[in-house]
Formats: sequence, structure tokens, C-alpha cells
Amino acid sequence: MFGKRIVAFLGVVVVLFGVIAWTSPWVVKDTKLGLDLKGGLEVLYRAESFEGGAAVTADNLKKTAKSLQERIDATGLVEPEITTEGSDRIRVRMPGIADDKKEEVIELLMKPINLTFRAPDGTVELDGTDFVENGASVTYDELNRPMVSIELKDAKLFEEITTRLLGQTLSIYLDEEMISSPGIDQVIPSKSAVIRLGTGATIEEARELRDLINMGSLPLKLEMVYHNSIGAKLGMDSLKDTVTAGVIGSLIVLVFMIAIFRVPGFVAAISIITYAWLLLLVQNLMNATLTLPGIAAFVLGVGMAVDANIITAERIKEEIRSGKSMLSSLKSGSRNSFRTIMDANITSLIAAGVLYLIGDGAIKGFALTMIFSILVSVMTNIYFSRFLLTLLVRSNKFMKPGYYGVKEAEIREL
Amino acid sequence: MSYNSEYHTNIRYDFIANKKKFFIFSIALTVAGIVSLLLFQLNLGVDFKAGTNMDVSTSQTVTKEKAQEALTEAGYGDIAPTIGDGRLTIRFTDVLSQEETSKVEAALKAKFGEDVSTEVNVVSADLARELGIKTIWAILAASLGIMLYVMIRFEWRFALAANISILYDSFIVVAVFSILQLEVDLPFIAAVLTTLGYSINDKIVIFDRIRDNLRFARIKNEDQLAELVNASIWQTMARNLYTVLTVAIVTVFILILGSPSIKLFSFAMLIGLISGAYSTICLASPLWLLLKRSEKKKPKAAANTAP
Repeated sequence: MFGKRIVAFLGVVVVLFGVIAWTSPWVVKDTKLGLDLKGGLEVLYRAESFEGGAAVTADNLKKTAKSLQERIDATGLVEPEITTEGSDRIRVRMPGIADDKKEEVIELLMKPINLTFRAPDGTVELDGTDFVENGASVTYDELNRPMVSIELKDAKLFEEITTRLLGQTLSIYLDEEMISSPGIDQVIPSKSAVIRLGTGATIEEARELRDLINMGSLPLKLEMVYHNSIGAKLGMDSLKDTVTAGVIGSLIVLVFMIAIFRVPGFVAAISIITYAWLLLLVQNLMNATLTLPGIAAFVLGVGMAVDANIITAERIKEEIRSGKSMLSSLKSGSRNSFRTIMDANITSLIAAGVLYLIGDGAIKGFALTMIFSILVSVMTNIYFSRFLLTLLVRSNKFMKPGYYGVKEAEIREL
Repeated sequence: MSYNSEYHTNIRYDFIANKKKFFIFSIALTVAGIVSLLLFQLNLGVDFKAGTNMDVSTSQTVTKEKAQEALTEAGYGDIAPTIGDGRLTIRFTDVLSQEETSKVEAALKAKFGEDVSTEVNVVSADLARELGIKTIWAILAASLGIMLYVMIRFEWRFALAANISILYDSFIVVAVFSILQLEVDLPFIAAVLTTLGYSINDKIVIFDRIRDNLRFARIKNEDQLAELVNASIWQTMARNLYTVLTVAIVTVFILILGSPSIKLFSFAMLIGLISGAYSTICLASPLWLLLKRSEKKKPKAAANTAP
């Protein structure tokens, strides 16, 4: 009754919308929300070299960032995203951190990361600058018990301290936390020393201590440029309002498309819904974070998707008016509009690419969404639209020009 | 209204014959923008200026008096908060320390209850400077990239006409924000750059049509070239209007219903959209014609002077 092609068209649309309906809850739930939507904490540091310490290099900056990550990981509060920026910046993002934990994390991050060796009376004998960076390592004693060896820059200093504190303890502190308190049983006149752990210490404990010490002797001094604390409630309000606005606007646009372009408008509506779903899915799979500017880029992407469909539909209308058959109108209309749409999309892609390379933070997120959007748009609004439209035209069921928004009177003799 | 049988399109208005009016209007607007930028500059938001911005959200009704009281108690009586529906924005002219923001938050909680949620932004001045410089570079680099691509796919006249028009559109957005003294923040930059992208999208569509028509047309004189350009404008008119209209619908909805944080963004987008549609029809194509004509005149002039 319907013909093979109509059945194929309906089959594709039903299966596709089934998949969309089935996966949408998961896609929406799994979308990683950015700081501005989910709430959280963002801190930007500027790294400087210690007096007489290592220079600020890309390598040292990365090492410092890694240490910072370990430090936040150790709290178990949040999964941080840490990136280095420019030549001397480290940006720490902690989305979804609970409101009551913020103070704690801010405090932790605001404290200088400081390794000290202290006498029993609390006097600081050695600090982070006295150690060779990443000089701590795990070694074993004659009984194969793990211990941690450290390396100092100045052997004389260590000799002086160990002479003075012989028989006492020299406690090792990371900030205010004592991580080990070994006793000094002999004067150490060399650059290296070992920290013996208590009996029954495991290799894991030794490694942890080594990492802590290495973390303490950060190659760079960090200064906080700013911190940005975002209430989750405000963010969720923003998200809901914006999404509602976008959805209402888009629905009106889809109705408008069908009213003006009829069959191509209907196909466009299917493609645009598919486009929106696919873009969210791609964002998820790429593990990209959705931010407010990202949502703006998303809505704008819908605009460009609509444009691609309008260009094609208008071109097909023109071809029908010139007196061509439906099928050849579709063919030449698609071919002519393809070049236009591709040129337009590639120029936008270039603009988005430049933004991604040059901008950072919010602008990068915006540009990334725009890039994904253009790629997904070409797939759905050019190729998928054309495929669906070809099925409908070839079915020979939609041969009247009225189905394409063209009046009979406008058609010229070929 | 007349029907052009060569290009099969209705001509309702001759954009080319009236191009001087559009040029004068656009130049006047540009000059007004430059004057406004020189006299009033931009109302720079916290993203571009050192300072602290605090967005407060609460379930209780916020009145200006209550908010002002809270600020006075915290020691910031001279700062006027902006009141919204269950919302409050406080713009501090200095960078506040952790203790200072906590103090303000505590004062607000005392006034509006414990469910007060705040969003605090602190930006130092040199970081903002860096952002501003980066943005200018981004715009220049993006237009350079666009220019190169259009030169390769089309020709240099199209590239130049397109680039002048898109930079004009971006500038108009900035100029309007300066004239109206609206706050410029990071999403504003995104809006200006999206304007750039949309605008170039429009220019490509119309230039593509001119290129297409040039392929089949036999142009003997300037009038025929002008006719071709005007007909190209009318052939793509329906698409231009539909596209601007649909994007404008979405933008207007976000402007009306969207969250306050992206209201200004959608407004900037709307200006960019309108300016982009205008410059596509009234500036870009006439500009291309101007460039094309001056090239055609040269060999003629040379022939005349030669004996």
C-alpha cells in the first residue's frame, strides 16, 4: 500500500527515535556539567621560582601541577581537573564539591606546600628548599625492610643539625602534619640520609612517604591569583532556565520549518532533533564538560543546523520552479546547496578552531562545542537529510509541488 | 516590484542603486561607535577589570533596602546592589579577600536566611589585561583564517568585502554595548565571535550565489554586473530572512526566559544577527561590486590615454 521506500523511511525514523528515546535519559544524566552549572570551586595559581630555586619551566610547572593533584586526591573530597596554562599558570577545577567542604579545600589549597624537618621543640631545622627536588627514593636495609632515603643540597648543614640533635628526634612535617619522627642515632656528615620506618612498615607506606616528601619539595612557589566559588543552586537555576528557553525556541522553529517548507521541513525537523541528540552523545563520549557558554554554542548550532536545511529546501524550491522533475530538482538542489553549506560550515569551523587555540576557560568550552556541532551538523543536516528526502521523493507519493512549498503558478516551462 | 526573467526572481528594491545610503548609514554608525568608545569606553565587567562580583540567590524576597542594610553591616554601604527576582548582584570595586567575602556572606545570611547561595568571582587586573589582549588577538586571527579560506575558495575581492563586513558587524556589537553602557564580560566575547561566525556564514551564501550567476552570465557592462548582484541578493533573500528569523526566535527566547547570566549574551547575539543580516544584503555585495568595478575600469582608462 505504501511502497518500499515509505516503509524504509518510516522504519529508519521509528528505529532512530526509539534509540533517541531509549538513550536520552542516560545521555542527559551522563553529561558532565561544568563548574558554572554544577557549582564548585576554581582556583588559579601563578608559579614563581623560589629564591635561588629552579626556574619556571614547562617541565617544572607540570611537576608542580602533578603534586597539587596528588595533594587534592589525598583528601578524597573531589576529583580535580588540573591544567597548566600559559607559561606560569596552574588552574584547578573542582566541580560538584559540596558547599560545606569548600572552606576546607580552599584552606588546604591556600596553605603553602611546605616540607619541614623539626627539632623536638618545634624549631624548623630544614625546609623544602634544602632538599634536592624529587631526591627521595625507596631503599631497603640489610633485613630487606623498606626505608626512604633523602638527599640534601648541603652536607655541612645536615652534619651540623645531626650533631646538635644527636639522640633526639628529627620530625618530618608536611605543612602541619607529622609524617614521620625518626631518631638520630649518629652524626650524618653526608648529603644523603635515610628515614627508617617503624617495624612492620610496608612498601606502600614507604612509597607514600617518598611521594609526600617529593611533593613537599615543590620546585615552584605558588601564589593564588584568584579563586571562584560557585553555588550549585545558582548554577542549576541558570541551566534550567536556559534549557527551557532553548527548547521552546527550537520547537517554534521546527513548527515554522514544517509550515513553510512542508516535506523538506518535516525532514529537517527529524534531522535537527537527531542532530541535537547526537551532539549531546558526542560531548559525552569525548568526556567534554558542558558549560553555560557551551549551551549557548549548542543553541547557536541549532540555528546553523536550521540554516543548512533552509538553504537546501530553498534551492530545491528554485529547481522545481524552473520546471524540473521532482527527482532532478532534489538532485540538483542538493548538489548546489552542498557547496554553499560546506563553505559556510568550514569558515565557521576555522573561526571556532582559532578560538579553541587562542582562548581559554569559557571560550575554549564554547569553541569546542561549536567544533563538535559543525561536524555533527554536516553529518545530520546534509547527508542524513538528503537520504531521508530521497526516500520520500523516490516513493512517488509526494509529487505535487505544494508538498515542497511551491505554488503551481510559479513553475516555468523548461 | 518587478520580475527579472533572466535570473527568475522578483526584484522589490534596488540595493545596488541605493548603496550610498547604506554606506553613509553604516559609516555614521561606526563613527558614533568610535566616539562613544573614546568618550565613554566600555562598561567592563569583572572578567576584564580587577574586582569582585557576588551573585546571590535566595528563596526569600529581596528588597533593595534589606540588601543595602546587609551591605552596610558588612562595611560596604557605598556599594549599590542590583536586585532581581530572588536574586542579588553586588559588584565590588576592589578585590575582596577570603575573610571579606565571608563577612559579606554572613551578613547576607543574617538578613535572608541560611539558604543563601552565592557565586563569587575575583579577577586580578593583570589577568584581565591578558584576557583582553588575547581576545583582540583571537578576533584578528579568526578573521585572518576566514580571509585565507575565502581567498582560496573564492577570490581576494570576496575575501576583502567579507572581512570588512564581518569586522564591521563585530564592531557594531561592541559599539552598541558602549553606547548603551552595558556590561562586557567573558560570554560577551563569545557573542562577538559567534557574530563573526554567523556573519561570515551569510556572506558565503550570497557570494556563492554571485559566483554561481557569474559562471553563466555574459557581462558586457557595469549595469549588467550591478543587475547580477542585485538579482543574487533577491534570489537568496528568502533564505536570509528565514534563517535570521529562526535564529532570532531562539535568541529572543533565551533573552526573555534564559538565566540572567546569559541575558546580555543573547542581547549581544541579537545585535550581531541583525547587523549581520543587514551587512550581508546592504554592504558586502555592493562592496564587492565596488572592488570589481575599479578593477574593470583600469584597463579601459589605460586604453583611453594611449594614443
